Amino acid sequence: MNSPDRPLSPHLQIYRPQLTSVLSILHRATGVALSVGTLLLVYWLIALAAGPAAYDVARGLIGSWLGRLLLFGWTLAFFYHLANGVRHLVWDAGHGFELPAVYASGWTVLIVTAVLTLASWIAGYWMMGAFG
Amino acid sequence: MSLADKSLRSELARARGLGSAKEGVQHWWMQRLTGLALIPLGLWFVAGLIAHLGLDHAAAAAWLRQPVVLGLTALLIVASFHHAQLGLQVVIEDYVGHEAAKLVAVIVVKAAAVVLATAALVALLTIAIGG
Repeated sequence: MNSPDRPLSPHLQIYRPQLTSVLSILHRATGVALSVGTLLLVYWLIALAAGPAAYDVARGLIGSWLGRLLLFGWTLAFFYHLANGVRHLVWDAGHGFELPAVYASGWTVLIVTAVLTLASWIAGYWMMGAFG
Repeated sequence: MSLADKSLRSELARARGLGSAKEGVQHWWMQRLTGLALIPLGLWFVAGLIAHLGLDHAAAAAWLRQPVVLGLTALLIVASFHHAQLGLQVVIEDYVGHEAAKLVAVIVVKAAAVVLATAALVALLTIAIGG
């Protein structure tokens, strides 16, 4: 659109962040992060297909502290995008638009994200024998 | 009408493609369908990965080689990349103002999704036949 003379309406940085707006942009941010994260899945599958040597290299990279940090970020983004995605699907079905309901579902998404992420990592370390 | 306004293109031809072609709903609907599919597929895959953490190459390959695991992983790959490129397309269309850059970015994202999904499926196939 060519409309250089029109005044601009107040933009994002004018407004105080609210739960609704922050969760909304987080859905996009985690979506983009998960898209980049698919590279790790593709790499893992190719390493597995390439043979034991390549697979051990991949295991070493993913198991390193940087690999674990990325993986932690990935699980956090995954569970957030999943929980908030369900919230979006409920909205698409026409439910939960009242302001108290929007805030209640927003906090629910955050709690579910934290619980599932922590549970996954506890289960993961338990599988690796970290708890004896 | 001056001579400059004359064109061999009809009014209808000039209007086509500028408004809704009633195809937006297809994009919206596929985003929801793939999202819905990814709820069970994603949870299953993450749980499966956790349950098989620390496996060596032979054991990890043996897990993926099971027909149900192989099939669900293939579905996960297809649904994930389809969902990802639909979502990234919307993000690009929202934030990239320059028309040419927007078009190039959308094409690159779609091409990358096809290439990565194909690479993942070929890797899965290689694992399945015991390569």
